[in-house]
Amino acid sequence: MSIRRRDFLKIAGVSAIAGIGGVSALSLLKIKGSEASSYIEDPKTLKGKRWAIAIDIQKFQTPEDYARVINACHSIHNVPDIGNPKEEIKWIWTESYEHSFPSQDYGNPYIQDHLKKKPFLVLCNHCDNPPCVRVCPTKATFKRKSDGIVMMDMHRCIGCRFCMAGCPYGARSFNWRDPRPYIKKINPEFPARMKGVVEKCTFCYQRIAVGLQPACVEASKGAMIFGDLADPNSEIRRVLSSRYTIRRKPELGTNPSIFYIIGG
Amino acid sequence: MYDGGKIIIGLIIFIGISIFPFILTMGKAVAKPEPKLDTPEIQKMVEKKCVESKMYMKTEHMVMLNDWRDAVVRDGLRLYKATDGKLYDMSLQNTCMKCHSSKKNFCDQCHNYVAVKPYCWDCHIAPQEGT
Repeated sequence: MSIRRRDFLKIAGVSAIAGIGGVSALSLLKIKGSEASSYIEDPKTLKGKRWAIAIDIQKFQTPEDYARVINACHSIHNVPDIGNPKEEIKWIWTESYEHSFPSQDYGNPYIQDHLKKKPFLVLCNHCDNPPCVRVCPTKATFKRKSDGIVMMDMHRCIGCRFCMAGCPYGARSFNWRDPRPYIKKINPEFPARMKGVVEKCTFCYQRIAVGLQPACVEASKGAMIFGDLADPNSEIRRVLSSRYTIRRKPELGTNPSIFYIIGG
Repeated sequence: MYDGGKIIIGLIIFIGISIFPFILTMGKAVAKPEPKLDTPEIQKMVEKKCVESKMYMKTEHMVMLNDWRDAVVRDGLRLYKATDGKLYDMSLQNTCMKCHSSKKNFCDQCHNYVAVKPYCWDCHIAPQEGT
């Protein structure tokens, strides 16, 4: 059976129209739900371009001063206490002077004794130039453009631990096992982590989003000052311009956001 | 047909293996999933309505949760303006599970039925059952 050219063109034209119509009819059938919906920022969110903390080391005197701050952080963020130092998970902890500031210690071995013997509160420095972000293959750790917080997206972390190798401050911990059984008291408002992801301090992004200061700052009773480095009128800038402060390993060029107030 | 006997026996065995799950469950009704909506929090509501329509939540909740996650974690946007204009905090633990306070009687009902295992709960903390 042969087909005439005219008939062939007719059939082809009708099927093309039917095809296009069919596609648009299908798209009408699709459920529309969130078309009118949108995501908006909480108006309570603290506004800042680059968050930072200054730690007044003279206000940390007794072991209780340190423990109060550390517990405030670890309890609300469901940080487990595994007990084995090789598997330790820590967001904020204490470190000796020579480990916190190795170049200062090397540069001046005759510095005041009370500094050498003092434990220093250390946490993620939320660097302006974070090496962990550069090495992360999945962008699970990233620097927030809006406020400079170096964040972790646990959903993306594949546990390769490049960031742990990249971080010069040892601020990152790896979950070698399921942390859930080692969390003393679970905070139901914050997620925990699973086996095989890296975690660290997130600058309490969930508290900043509702207008609160980071938990450590709140628990420090004024010994830690939180603020926006980009705002020349902020409290932290006033403190930094009036008192002598140092940062950890500044020679590496990471530009940390955690300052230690040494002098008066 | 060469080796006809062997081929036919092989075919019978093959068909037997492939249809035995259907024969085994023939006539038996599998319990239908019954996600329960009778939590105290939902009963307190005047208008019993989720963030979006029931149909939308049924088919698209997984997409929505993924989008919420990206908005909150990566973009720092925490509020969801629903189609009807209401604002919700985008949080699995603090918003979804506040109403659907029993994972066993809500999430697991359908997820078990269709044998999907979402990994939400590897990290996220489900509300305590029976409270």
